[in-house]
Amino acid sequence: MNGRSQKIAAVLCAAALTVTAAAAQAQSKIKVGFMLPYTGTYAALGNAIENGFRLYVQEQGGKLGGREIEYFKVDDESEPSKAVDNINKLIKRDNVDVVVGTVHSGVVMAMAKVAKDTNTLLVIPNAGARAVTGPMCAPSIFRASFSNWQPGYAMGKVAGEKGAKKVVTITWKYAAGDESVEGFKDGIAASGGQVVKELTLPFPNVEFQALLTEIAAAKPDAVYAFFAGGGAVKFVKDYDAAGLGKTIPLYGPGFLTDGTLEAQGASAQGLLTTLHYADGLDLPKDKAFRAAYQAAYKAAPDVYAVQGYDSAQLLAVGLNAVKGDVAKRAELVAAMEKAKIDSPRGTFTLSKSHEPVQDIYLRKVEGTQNKVAGVAVKALADPSPGCKM
Amino acid sequence: MDLATFLVQCLNALQYGLLLFLVASGLTLIFGIMGVINLAHGSFYMIGAYLAYALAPWVALHLGGGFFTALLLGMMLAVAFGYALEWGFVSYLYEREHLQQVLMTYGLILVFEELRSLLAGDDVHGVKPPDWLTGSVPLGDLMTYPVYRLFMSGVCIAVALGLYVVIARTRIGMAIRAGASNREMVQSLGVNIRFLYRVVFAAGVALAVLAGMIAAPVSSVYPGMGNQVLIISFVVVVIGGIGSIRGAFLASLLVGVVDTFGKVLFPQAAGVLVYVLMAAILLWRPEGLFRQG
Repeated sequence: MNGRSQKIAAVLCAAALTVTAAAAQAQSKIKVGFMLPYTGTYAALGNAIENGFRLYVQEQGGKLGGREIEYFKVDDESEPSKAVDNINKLIKRDNVDVVVGTVHSGVVMAMAKVAKDTNTLLVIPNAGARAVTGPMCAPSIFRASFSNWQPGYAMGKVAGEKGAKKVVTITWKYAAGDESVEGFKDGIAASGGQVVKELTLPFPNVEFQALLTEIAAAKPDAVYAFFAGGGAVKFVKDYDAAGLGKTIPLYGPGFLTDGTLEAQGASAQGLLTTLHYADGLDLPKDKAFRAAYQAAYKAAPDVYAVQGYDSAQLLAVGLNAVKGDVAKRAELVAAMEKAKIDSPRGTFTLSKSHEPVQDIYLRKVEGTQNKVAGVAVKALADPSPGCKM
Repeated sequence: MDLATFLVQCLNALQYGLLLFLVASGLTLIFGIMGVINLAHGSFYMIGAYLAYALAPWVALHLGGGFFTALLLGMMLAVAFGYALEWGFVSYLYEREHLQQVLMTYGLILVFEELRSLLAGDDVHGVKPPDWLTGSVPLGDLMTYPVYRLFMSGVCIAVALGLYVVIARTRIGMAIRAGASNREMVQSLGVNIRFLYRVVFAAGVALAVLAGMIAAPVSSVYPGMGNQVLIISFVVVVIGGIGSIRGAFLASLLVGVVDTFGKVLFPQAAGVLVYVLMAAILLWRPEGLFRQG
């Protein structure tokens, strides 16, 4: 064989390979990698997110963009130190087309870094860390949930409108708490009040008594508290037991009373919180979603299930636009950016930084439900400082 | 800070310190007298809290009793549990190195956490205090102080006094103290040291369980609650001097004061102040405030 025919053969071979690769792509499944907490404190949240995601895919006949979906799973254990290894398992070992995760903010920061460096498509179904859509924002990173700033801003606005001039905030000293309080400060500044004192305690310390005494001494018009889980339960009960519940209104983001009302009991009744989801939303989409979820999993859905469902919806918009050809990344991302998601929480669009622009509801605790009491802020977008995209 | 606020903060410090003592006393018993580093102590506290949560409805239904019946039942279960645990696991650890003790008791933490997850789930649950303790005492013009917290302090003081009397004034307390200094010698004097240790371990477990049950109505029950308590308990034990009940008592109050006022006056450093205190005391007295034996 002379040099010329060798070259031709090589070109033919390459062409043949490309053709078979393209054919394989058209038939093969889209690989979705869940990186979620399946053990530990957040296990229930991880499962709800996956259930929500799968529910939407099932409703589409198991296909998105005309291709079947194949799932891969990694338990992130809500452990930031293992996050890089875990996401690399999905990206390098399983060769997934898209990563969906996660709940814990610290873990998601590490994931976003890897996703940005490797240009992997990442859809975040919960973690509200602002940096991910702020300084770390990237074309391949989307969030289908909320930013910590959003509920805080909405609550601040409502507190100001209700006449609170001087407010004390209290939270754990960590990123999520700081971001939530930042939102509250921006919100209350917009409606004529101000934060006069910011109380913090180390995460996950739950000895609140000393700071409650400080609150009583400061005599503010209202208190804004960011806590979650066991800490939220204890804070709400301690606040009530200290007699402050009767005199100083307590406000918080939805996490203060979400999934904790059974444990908080009487002490939480009547509390006002803000979140992008609520009980008793009178939306056809929400009713249909709740019924379908209940039928599929024999359990009532929560906000995490909604966020999982919407992660799948958001991804579907992109995949449908490119007919399942994930190689057309720019088109896929462009379609996702313009997406209008018909979510159980209400319709939302995406901001420039790939963050939901959504209504934040004001909710009131009644029994064991966070009943919707109106819309606190319509179509609220996190300004996402630091995002250059 | 005006005087009224200062006094309320002192009360907060005292109350937190007393609760710390209740948890740490069991640890100092087991650690100081038996020489076993018991990392599972926080798990016993958690088990106590979950017992309070689980037993309350059962007791109300089958025995018709309230909070104190549940407390009594929980304590009985705890003693039996501690006794069995010593027999099955801990009794093999006395002659071993500290590393092996750490491994074994750390393993127990994982087992108890997983069992908790299987049996009670990962949700947060509330526990109701008894009705007659739900009231509150007015304090200043805005604040009130829950009666239940005062009750907790009362229980802690009673336990502290009881422990002191038993350890310092009774025959069994004498044997325990002697056993801590020289196990073989006490044995050769005809004291059944194996049985004695079993009882001490059971008592240590029971104290942690008691602390968990008493604290449950205030703290609620949730996954991982024992781990938080474990670290601060070790701080108390180390500051107080290993094995000293009196030291643990003083150290608890000291930690209570530093933690409470630290949160108020130096919020940025509140997380480390207690450890700074520990380091300072160890520099001054490397064996803690009161080293036993």
